[in-house]
Amino acid sequence: MSNNLTRRGVLKSGAVAGAGVALPTIFTASSASAFTNEPTGSNVVLGFNVPQTGPYADEGADELRAYELAVEHLNGGGDGGMMGTFSSKALDGTGILGKKVDYVTGDTQTKSDAARASAKSMIEKDGAIMITGGSSSGVAVAVQGLCQEAGVIFMAGLTHSNDTTGKDKKANGFRHFFNGYMSAAALAPVLKNLYGTDRKAYHLTADYTWGWTQQESIAAATEAMGWETVNNVLTPLAATDFSSYIAPVKDSGADVLVLNHYGGNMVNSLTNAVQFGLRNAQANGKNFEIVVPLFSRLMARGAGENIKGIVGSTNWHWSLQDEGSKAFVKSFGTKYGFPPSQAAHTCYVQTLLYADAVQRAGSFNPCAVVEALEGFEFDGMGNGPTLYRAEDHQCFKDVLVVKGKENPTSEFDLLEVVEVTPASQVTYAPDHPMFAGGALGTCNPGA
Amino acid sequence: MDAIILQILNGLDKGSAYALIALGLTLIFGTLGVVNFAHGALFMIGAFCAVTLQRLFNLSYETIDPTKTDFLGNPAKVKTPYVESWFGPETGAAIIDWSVPLAILFAIPIMLLIGYVMERGLIKHFYKRPHADQILVTFGLAIVLQEIIKYFYGANPIQTPAPEALSGIVEVLPGIFYPAWRVVYFCFSLVVIGGVFAFLQFTTFGMVVRAGMADRETVGLLGIDIDKRFTLMFGLAASVAGLAGVMYGPINAPNYHMGMDFLVLSFVVVVVGGMGSLPGAVLAGFLLGVLESLASLEAVISAIPGINQIIIYLVAIVILLTRPRGLMGRKGVME
Repeated sequence: MSNNLTRRGVLKSGAVAGAGVALPTIFTASSASAFTNEPTGSNVVLGFNVPQTGPYADEGADELRAYELAVEHLNGGGDGGMMGTFSSKALDGTGILGKKVDYVTGDTQTKSDAARASAKSMIEKDGAIMITGGSSSGVAVAVQGLCQEAGVIFMAGLTHSNDTTGKDKKANGFRHFFNGYMSAAALAPVLKNLYGTDRKAYHLTADYTWGWTQQESIAAATEAMGWETVNNVLTPLAATDFSSYIAPVKDSGADVLVLNHYGGNMVNSLTNAVQFGLRNAQANGKNFEIVVPLFSRLMARGAGENIKGIVGSTNWHWSLQDEGSKAFVKSFGTKYGFPPSQAAHTCYVQTLLYADAVQRAGSFNPCAVVEALEGFEFDGMGNGPTLYRAEDHQCFKDVLVVKGKENPTSEFDLLEVVEVTPASQVTYAPDHPMFAGGALGTCNPGA
Repeated sequence: MDAIILQILNGLDKGSAYALIALGLTLIFGTLGVVNFAHGALFMIGAFCAVTLQRLFNLSYETIDPTKTDFLGNPAKVKTPYVESWFGPETGAAIIDWSVPLAILFAIPIMLLIGYVMERGLIKHFYKRPHADQILVTFGLAIVLQEIIKYFYGANPIQTPAPEALSGIVEVLPGIFYPAWRVVYFCFSLVVIGGVFAFLQFTTFGMVVRAGMADRETVGLLGIDIDKRFTLMFGLAASVAGLAGVMYGPINAPNYHMGMDFLVLSFVVVVVGGMGSLPGAVLAGFLLGVLESLASLEAVISAIPGINQIIIYLVAIVILLTRPRGLMGRKGVME
C-alpha cells in the first residue's frame, strides 16, 4: 500500500486551507476586533461613496466638496463651519476620538451594483468605518443593505424615497434628507393656498422606487384637500424626450401637471411641458399649473428659464438666514467660490452627525453609534430643531417649499423660499402605511 | 382626433432626428462600409457646438456694483457680455438670443473637421477589419468623446433656448397648437435631407460617390480617387449629425449622454430602412417616429401597457422577418 502524501501535496493543501481560512475577513474582521474595521492606529477612515461619473456626477462632485470640507473641519482646519453652530459641543477639532480623519472615495455611477462594489471595496480594502453619500434612492437602499451586512454605519446622502427609511430601513442606516411623504405634506397646504381645492392633477412619474413613493405621497396629500388625480402615467427612467407624454395633458381635463421626476428627467419633462405651452395655458377656467415636488438648485440651473414660477420642495437652500446655514455657506463659498447645494448640505451634516455620535458614545462601535444617534435631538445645522427618530432612523425637521425665482439676481439665485413648513406638520407615525413592510432589525457590529 | 394629430406631429419631429442621424449612418456605411457607433457622439458634439457658441457670445467682463452684494455679502460682480458692449445692448442681446441658429454656421466647419480627423486618424485603419472590430473601436471612440465633453461641460443638462421669436406655440392646423421650434426642426430636417439628396443626385461629385457606392472597384479603375471622396462623405455625414444636434438643443437641453440615447434607435432605423439605402433611412426614421408617438396614445398604452417603449423593436422584428433587407435595402448589402 503506497502512501499518497507528498511534500508538494501537503504544501498545496496547506496553502489552500490557509487561503480559505483567511478569505472571509471582510464581514468578520479579525478575531481581535470587536467590530468591523475597528480603528487601531492614529487615524480613522471614512468612505465617501458618491456618483463621480454618470448623470448625477455634478451633484456627486458637490457632495465630495462638502465631505472634504467636513473632514477639514473635523481635523481642526478652516473656520470650523457648522461645528460652531451645532448644538452638541462634543466635537473639538481634533478628529474623532482623537484620531485624525482620513477618507477614501468611491464612484457609485448611480448604479446599485457599482455602488455596492465601491462600498464593499472601501470597507474591505481601505478599512472604512462608515460609508456615506449617494444621489439616488436605488443606490441608497442597496448600499444600506450592504453596510448592514458588513457591520458598518451608513449615513445616507441624497435619497428621497419613502422606502429608504420605510420598507427598506436598516438598523445601521440613517437618513438626514427628507422624503416623499414630507414633500407632499409640506407642499399640500401651499398648493391649496396658491391654486385652491378644486383642481384636477395629471401625474407623470419616473418608473422606479422614488417615483412611485413620491407620486403616492403627493396624490394622497392633494386628494385629501379635494384635488382629483385624473391620470398617472409612468415614464421610463431612460426617457429623454417627454413630448409624447406631455402632448395629451392639455386635453386630458387636468389643470395641474405634477412632474414626479428628478435630475435629467425633470429638466427634460419640464422643458417639454413649457414648450407645449402648459405654463401659460388655461384649463377648466383656471390657469394651468405645473408642480415639481422635489427641487434642487443644480437641477433648477439645468432647467433654466423654465423653472420660473414653478413650485416644489427642497431639503435646504443656501439663502436661509439661520446661523448654521450662514456658517456653512460662508465656509463652502469661501473655499469653492459658489454656494453649496442641498446635496452638499445633507452630506456635510451627516458627516458631522456621525463624528459627533462617535464622540458622545466614546466608541466607533456601530452599535454604540446607533444608540447615540437614535432619538438624538439637535439644532444649528440649518434646518431648525431636528430629531433623529429611533424607530426608523429618519430625521424630522422643517421642510422648505420653494418657487423658481422670477427675477434671479445671480446664476445661483434660482429658487426662493415661499414657506418653511414646521417639522410637526411633516411628521408621521412610524407605522404609517406608506412606510410599512420592513423592519429596522438590530444593529450589526460586524465582528 | 386632436390627440392623434398631435402624436403624428410629435412623431414627425422625433422622426426628424432619427432620420437625420440614420441618414449620416447610412452615408458612412454605404460609402466606407463602416458601422459607425460614434455617430451618436457626433450628434451630441453638434449640440455642444451650440452650447459653445452660446458661451462664447456670453463671454463677459466684470464690474463691481457696490449697491449689490453676492451670496457671501461681498460687493457683487456684474457681468456684461462683450457682444453687448461691442454692438450695443439691443444688437448684442439679439445675437445671444439667436445663438442656436447661428451655431449652424459655427458647427459645419467644426463637424467637417472632426469627421475628417476621425476618418483619417482612426477609422480608415479599420476598413478591412470585421464589422465587430469597427463597432468596438467606434463605440470606444463614442465613450471617449462623451467623457471629454463631460470633463469640459459637466454632467448636468445645459439649456440652449430657441430665439424668442421661434419659442412658444403656433396653430399648425385649426385648433391644433404645437411648439414652434419643433415645427422649425421638422422643416429644417426636410431642408437638410433634401440638400443631401440634391447634392448626391445633381452634382458630379455626388454622381461619382453614388457610382462608388454601387461599384467601388470599377470607379477606381476609371482613375478616380474614390477614397478621397468617401473621406469627404464621412465629413458630410458628421456635419448632418452635427446639424441635427445643433437644432435639437432647444428641444431637450444638451447633455454629454444624449448621443447614446439616440444611437441604438438610429441603428434600428437604418436596419428597418435597409442597410445602405438613403431613402430607406429617411422613410424608416419618420415612420418609426410616428409609430412610437402613436403608441404613446393613452388608449393604446392602457390597452397594451409599455407598448410605447418596445414598438420600434417590435416593428424591426416584423420587418426583418418579412423583408430581411429592410424596407428599401439592396441585394448583397450585409448579406
